[in-house]
Amino acid sequence: MSHMLLAEAAKITAPSVSYHALAPILIVLGAALVGVLAEAVLPRSERYAAQLIITLGSLVAALVSVALLHGTSETTVSGALAIDGGGLFIQGSVLALSIVSVLLMAERSVDIVSPIVASAALVVGSPADRQLARSPRIQTEIFPLALFAVAGMLIFPVSNNLLLMFVALEVLSLPLYLMAGLSRRRRLLSQEAALKYFLLGAFASAFFLYGVALLYGYANSVDLPKILAAAQQSTKSDVLLYVGLALLLVGLLFKAGIAPFHSWTPDVYQGSPTPVTAFMASCTKIAAFGAILRVLYVGFNTTAWNWRPVVWAVAIASMAVGAIFGLTQTDLKRILAYSSIAHAGFILVGIVALSKDGLSSVMFYVLTYGFSTLAAFGLLMLVRDADGEATHLAQWSGLARKSPLVATIMTILLMSMAGIPLTAGFIGKFFVFRAAYHVAAPLVVMALVFSAIAAFYYLRIVVLMFFAEPPEHGPTIAIPGWSTSVALTLGVLVTVVLGIVPQPILDLAAKAAHLVG
Amino acid sequence: MLSPYLPILLLFALALAFATFSVVIAPFVGPRRYNKAKLDFYECGIEPTPQPLGPHRFPVKYFLTAMLFIVFDIEIIFLYPYAVANKALGLFGLVEIVLFIVTVFVAYAYVWRRGGLDWD
Repeated sequence: MSHMLLAEAAKITAPSVSYHALAPILIVLGAALVGVLAEAVLPRSERYAAQLIITLGSLVAALVSVALLHGTSETTVSGALAIDGGGLFIQGSVLALSIVSVLLMAERSVDIVSPIVASAALVVGSPADRQLARSPRIQTEIFPLALFAVAGMLIFPVSNNLLLMFVALEVLSLPLYLMAGLSRRRRLLSQEAALKYFLLGAFASAFFLYGVALLYGYANSVDLPKILAAAQQSTKSDVLLYVGLALLLVGLLFKAGIAPFHSWTPDVYQGSPTPVTAFMASCTKIAAFGAILRVLYVGFNTTAWNWRPVVWAVAIASMAVGAIFGLTQTDLKRILAYSSIAHAGFILVGIVALSKDGLSSVMFYVLTYGFSTLAAFGLLMLVRDADGEATHLAQWSGLARKSPLVATIMTILLMSMAGIPLTAGFIGKFFVFRAAYHVAAPLVVMALVFSAIAAFYYLRIVVLMFFAEPPEHGPTIAIPGWSTSVALTLGVLVTVVLGIVPQPILDLAAKAAHLVG
Repeated sequence: MLSPYLPILLLFALALAFATFSVVIAPFVGPRRYNKAKLDFYECGIEPTPQPLGPHRFPVKYFLTAMLFIVFDIEIIFLYPYAVANKALGLFGLVEIVLFIVTVFVAYAYVWRRGGLDWD
C-alpha cells in the first residue's frame, strides 16, 4: 500500500509558478493573515489604525502590481490560473472598488462610532445587546474579512480551472456571509440577511460543484481549454456537457444576482451594513461577471449557439424583474438592489455579443456601475434619523431643501444608473448595446425598453427629493468622516469624469480585451 | 451505455426505500417509554449545563470547540499524505506545507489570544 502511494507521489511534479503574475493575489492574502495576527496581538485601542494601514496599504500595493503586470498574457500553476488582459482589468476594477468600499467600512463619524456591530453573536434584544447598542466598542475583524473576500474575488475571474474557481468562490463567499450579519442597527434584519445569504449561497455552490462534476465526466478534465477541446472533438453524447454548463451557470448567476437566481438580493442588500452592501454590489458583482466571461468565452466559445438562448432568457428575466419589481419598492436600499438586478441583465446583453467589443464594453460597464452604486450606498449612510439610516422613500422627500449637496450628488448617481447622457452609465450602456446589436438586435431593443421603465423609478426619487414637501420630523444629514468623504468624492468623480471623457478607460478596456485559453 | 450506472441507481432506490420504510414504520412499532434523560438536551454525553438563557439555547462554547477541532483536523488530513510523500515532493512541497502550517497557526494564535480556548 505505502509502496503504491510512494510510486504515485513520485509522479507529482512541482508546478511552475510565476510568482510575479500572482503578486496581487499573494499580497492581499498575506495582508489578510497579517490582519488576523494584528487582531490577536495588538491592544484594542491600536487595532483600528493598524487594520486601516494594513488593509488600504495592501490593496493599493496590489492595485499597483496589477498595473505593473499590464500586457501579461500567460497561464501559470499548471494552467490553473490565466493572467491576461481581461483578468487583469477585472482584478484592477475589484481592487479599486474594494479600496473605496473599505473607506466606507472605516467610517466612524455618522453613527455612535461605526456602522459595524462590535459583537455580532449576541442574542438580539437581550440586556447585553441593548447595552452594546449604546457603547462605543467597535470591532475591526471586518477588515481582514474583507481582505479574504477580495483575495477570493481576485482569483475568481482568472481561474482557468473549475475546481480552483470553486475554491475562489468559497473564499469570497464565506467572509461575505459573515459580513452581512454585522450591521450595528436593525440587528434582526442583519442576522436574517446573513442566514438567507449563507443558506442560498451554499445551495448555489452545491449546484456549481455538481456542474463541475458533470463537466469532468464529459471532458475528463476541469480545465476550461480542455473542456473546449473536448466539446470540439468528442463524439460522446453532449448531454453531460450542457447539463454541466447549466448547473455551473446556476452557481455563477446566483453570485452575480441575476434573475431567476436573484431572490436573495433585496433582502441581503437591505439587511447588511450599508458599507458591506456597497462592497457586495460592486466588487462581488464584478468578480462574478469576470468568472462568467471566462467560463463562456474560454470554455464554451464554440458552443455559443447552444448557450446563447439561455443567456438571452436570463438577461430578459433579469431586466424585467429589476425594472418592474423595482417600481413597487419603498425602501431605497431595496430599490438599489432591484436596480442592481436590472443592471446585471444589461451586462449580460454585452456578454451575448461574444466578441472583443462585447468583452471590453462589459468590463467598462461593470467598472462604472461599481463606482456609481458604491457612492449611492455611501450616501444612504448619511441620511439618518433616531433609528439609524433613514432609507424609506418618504423620508427622502424634500431632501434638497435640507441638503442641496446630498440631493445633487444622489441625482448625478441616479442619472448615471438610468443611463442619461453625460454620465458614465450612459457611455457604458451605449457600448454594451452597440456591441450586442449585430448579433442580438431584438434583445437590445428590449433592453432599451426596460431601461426606460427603470429610469422611471430613478427619476421618481429625484422628483421626490427636489419637488416634494419634506416630512414633519424628517431625517438629519450626518457630516461624514474623512474616509467616507474620500469614498463619495471618488465615486462621484469617476461617474462624472468617465461620462465626459471616457476614451482613456475605453481604450484601456479595448486593449485589455483578450482572454488566454 | 447506462449499464455501469445501473447498480448505483439500484443502490439509490434501495436507500430511498429503506429510509421511507424506517420513517413510516417507526411510530407504529416503536415502544414509547419516556424518562427524564430522554427529554434532556444532549451535550456530548455529559450532564447538561444549566441554561441561563432559557430553553432551547445551548452555550456557544461547544460549537467553538467543534469548529476549532475541524481546523486542526483538516491540518492533519493534509499532513499525513505529505509525510508519506515528502521526499518525492522535495523543497517545493516543504515550502508549501510550511506555509500551510503557518496559515493554520495564525488562526490558532487568534483564537488563543482572543480567549477562544478558555472554557469558562
